Amino acid sequence: MALTPTTILTLSLLLLLPILSSAKVVEDEQFSEELLLKPLPDRKILTHFHFQTEAPISDHSFARHHHLFPKSIAQLVKKFHIKAMELSFTQGRWNYERWGGFDPISSQNAKPPGVELWAVFDVPPHQVDAYWKNLTHSLSGLFCASINFLESSSSYSAPKWASQSALGSLRYGTLPREAVCTENLTPWLKLLPCRDKAGLSALMDRPSIYRSFYHSQRLHLTISTDPADGLDSGIILEQTLTVVLQPNFQRAGISYPDEIKFQPSWSLSSIFGRKINGRCVLAKSSNVYLQVERGLVTQLENLEKNTVAYDSNDTGTEGLRRNLGFELSITPDRVHRELEKSSSILYEYSIKGYNDTEQFDLGLTWKHPVVWSSPHAPLYASRFLMGSGNERGSIAISLKSTDLTKGFIAANNVEEKYEKPHAVTDFVEKMSVSPSEDKVSPGMMELVLRFPCEIKSAVLNIEFDKGFLHIDEYPPDANQGFDIPSAIISFPDFHAGLQFPNNSISNSPMVSKLQEKSPVLSYTEVLLVPLTTPDFSMPYNVITITCTVFALYFGSLLNVLRRRVGEEERLLKNKDANKAAFLRRILDKLRGRSSESTQPQQPSTLSSSSSFITPKLFLKVLLVAGIAVIWQYYLK
Amino acid sequence: MKKSKKVQWFWTWVFGSVILRLILVYFPKNLNLSSRPEVSTPLTSIRRLAEGYWLKQSSMSPYAGSMYHGSPLLLTLLGPLTVTRIEGQPDHLLCSLVFVMADIVTAMLICATGKKLQAAYSSSLQLVGLQHLSEDSDVLPSGDLAALVYLWNPFTIVACVGLSTSAIENLMVLLTLYGACARLAPLAAFGWVMATHLSLYPAILIIPVILLFGFGPDAPPRKLFWKRKNLEVDNSTTSDKSCSEDELINEKNMRSVFSWRPVILFLSWALLWSSYVLFLCGIYVQQHGGLQEMFKRTYGFILTIQDLSPNIGVFWYFFAEVFDFFRSFFLIVFHGNILFMIVPLALRLNHRPCFLAFVYIVLSSMLKSYPSVGDSALYLGLLGLFAYELKDMQFSFFLFSGYVGVSLLSPVMHNLWIWRGTGNANFYFATAIGYACLQIILVVESVSSMLNHDRMITKLSTAKLQNVKS
Repeated sequence: MALTPTTILTLSLLLLLPILSSAKVVEDEQFSEELLLKPLPDRKILTHFHFQTEAPISDHSFARHHHLFPKSIAQLVKKFHIKAMELSFTQGRWNYERWGGFDPISSQNAKPPGVELWAVFDVPPHQVDAYWKNLTHSLSGLFCASINFLESSSSYSAPKWASQSALGSLRYGTLPREAVCTENLTPWLKLLPCRDKAGLSALMDRPSIYRSFYHSQRLHLTISTDPADGLDSGIILEQTLTVVLQPNFQRAGISYPDEIKFQPSWSLSSIFGRKINGRCVLAKSSNVYLQVERGLVTQLENLEKNTVAYDSNDTGTEGLRRNLGFELSITPDRVHRELEKSSSILYEYSIKGYNDTEQFDLGLTWKHPVVWSSPHAPLYASRFLMGSGNERGSIAISLKSTDLTKGFIAANNVEEKYEKPHAVTDFVEKMSVSPSEDKVSPGMMELVLRFPCEIKSAVLNIEFDKGFLHIDEYPPDANQGFDIPSAIISFPDFHAGLQFPNNSISNSPMVSKLQEKSPVLSYTEVLLVPLTTPDFSMPYNVITITCTVFALYFGSLLNVLRRRVGEEERLLKNKDANKAAFLRRILDKLRGRSSESTQPQQPSTLSSSSSFITPKLFLKVLLVAGIAVIWQYYLK
Repeated sequence: MKKSKKVQWFWTWVFGSVILRLILVYFPKNLNLSSRPEVSTPLTSIRRLAEGYWLKQSSMSPYAGSMYHGSPLLLTLLGPLTVTRIEGQPDHLLCSLVFVMADIVTAMLICATGKKLQAAYSSSLQLVGLQHLSEDSDVLPSGDLAALVYLWNPFTIVACVGLSTSAIENLMVLLTLYGACARLAPLAAFGWVMATHLSLYPAILIIPVILLFGFGPDAPPRKLFWKRKNLEVDNSTTSDKSCSEDELINEKNMRSVFSWRPVILFLSWALLWSSYVLFLCGIYVQQHGGLQEMFKRTYGFILTIQDLSPNIGVFWYFFAEVFDFFRSFFLIVFHGNILFMIVPLALRLNHRPCFLAFVYIVLSSMLKSYPSVGDSALYLGLLGLFAYELKDMQFSFFLFSGYVGVSLLSPVMHNLWIWRGTGNANFYFATAIGYACLQIILVVESVSSMLNHDRMITKLSTAKLQNVKS
């Protein structure tokens, strides 16, 4: 079960559907860079870089030179017939409780720790595995990561319900223990036309990124289809880097007694230690957005009402709101407000006008202490191991309801070596299990659950037996244990997406991504299962001792069987003597006859003996040849 | 009067063993016996069977994944029982009852086989003229003794309460032996086919069964009958022979001549039963890869030793440690070890087919890929059948204390290694090696003492013949 016993996979169910076929006509190569900043409730800040490169596909474009689009990715798509692909490198775990689980950022960009890769291929089903293996090797070389370990059949799976349209051609694999570092970021940056020399990517200060609480670098490839004729029209490469940082606490001008409750004020230079020196000249658009989420907006409005109640001075609500809770160092170029009431606000800055002398350094200073919370997914899922000892255990997935309670479907997939679901069968709507096969394939379980509204919490308990491996199949640090990849919980009836009025938003790729209606998705923790190890230093001892025991058995039993005592021995001797006499008689007879017939027949005997030997030899040769042929046949 | 008292005493002990089993079954969770590595191997575990049944019920192949490796027929038989619950009763009550019944039937078959053997043996001793040897037999007939040993053996009890399917395999093996002893070709063929179907290794029992059909049950060496016959023929030329003497001579002729008719009958029944079993299995696994898949997942799993979870044998650790390129070589050598010994044993012990079957069973349960205590329970029970012949066996006290010691130490070592993490695999493996050595000593000593017993009979008989001659 090398890694299998313990490989839990999971899957982004139904999530891929809208992404698979983005109906859009790509006419020209274009690149855009965007940065989203968002204060988080627990005094942290989310920075989300979004780079999008598009290139049209034409039949003769294989050897074509691309102006902006990275050639290596174009070749990859061409060679492996990729329809869609996503690769993410993540360090840290997205905190669904504090950072929210019901917005597009967390649904699309919160990824499980380590490497996650899925790909949909446009090839016949029997070739998909071969293409997947080649793809993992190519990506491994491209991104300096051990993605090639996803090649072994025990580390990836083919989920069934993740995407109905890509049934059979989707492969999914994760490497939870992969360490993510700058060596993975550098090749990722190389795909950008300006690298990190100019534009927003120049902000990426390595120490700040790798000091962060969570960072996830993602590469998403989609083939867009022409809505008119349904043919592939272009490749869309979307690169995002999501970082959650704790800004250094900047003292506000006035010191309040309850300073602790203040959110830390920050600026780009305090977060990254750099400022934006201007845009990447190749980019079609380069914008910076600041998102103020719903909870915060509501709090600020309450604050405003209180203030209004105090001095009943209601002039220019817009300006008041902006200036009440916090203060921005730069006036935004545009402000977008979501359609619904008490919805999030997006401040847009264009950095076209900035350059080396006039640097862009957005800062936010809090004026009042504000406490708010991010929107949660309908269920808060966590997963943990139960049981002690190294013989068996069980995995529990607990689903706790948050404030949102409506009827919904959760689909998740978990996998295990020997799983035996003792699930709450009342709520299981659909279940698909592909049991794991030792050392061949990981187990995978996909469940569609429908809970009644009033449910408070549910626990899925999956029992498993721990396997025992051959010593070569243990990883170098065998006693650390095996990682079980995250389970994926998706809520297909719930869609995370911001609705901005159509006219107000420029055709910014990131904002259109935020507006996309994608199902809410969350990942559970990665589990570490300790496995029993044999003694790695023992092979020679075990072989010799076991073989000795069997030799003992064989020898002593045979000895007992052929032992003769006393009378029997004498009898045997007599028999032998008889036999000897008999043999002698026969020999004598033969000799006598031969001596009789020696002289006249000598030449003929010789010839006959030689002629007698020849067919025998011939037969022997034939026999050997036959055996060789059979051997060869069965070997093949 | 004395006999009826003896019979009553026997039945009391049988009921006692049943009640003990039922009490143990009513303990919560079967005392966790069903998950002990000594009891449940990948082939005999009831948990895996339940999993296979679940997979089958959810219209997947029962062999999907690497959980179930048993027979599809067991699934149909025991599968529904694993999910049936009776309110207020233990979970696996129905399964437990099936296994308790299987144990009782096995014990009764051992008892009946023992009676047949004893009758045949004393008549054949009479023929050789050594009646006094069978007269002074001990308090209990060996069949009853063996049945009680089987029922009260802690290994049997543990395997039964732990819901190991080896109870059913043992029942099939005993059906074969009983059928062969009672010369019931259909029954013997059924038992042999089912036992082979369930666990492959009983296939080698075909040799003792053919010998049983050909020559009849265990008897002193055939040479003695020839000698005796020659002598009596000599005598008969001088004296008038009576009708009874004629019969005797006929019987002696029969004993020394291999009779082909029942053997052919047995073989044709075996063919019939095996095609029937294959047909049933074929229907069951039709939609899931067919018979080829079934053979791959059952016999293939047994022969290639894919599951390396610890058990009381030595192969799991050996194949977990051995270098990969030697794996096939050692697989062949270890399985060959059983086959190498078949012919020498059959040549030397062909006049005692039942004992030969016992030796084969010990060998296969020692060299099995996934041995469990259920297999040991079978041969220890059968050992009782030959208690009279083997009473001069050497090291019997050593063997007894060795079995007790290993069965106490092995769970301790397992606990230290798996649950506490303070021991390591080598300690547990050491107990497994010790157990293998004990079994080797048992089989070597029992064969040796059986041969010595034959020697003793030969000696007595020839002495008697010489007396008659002189």
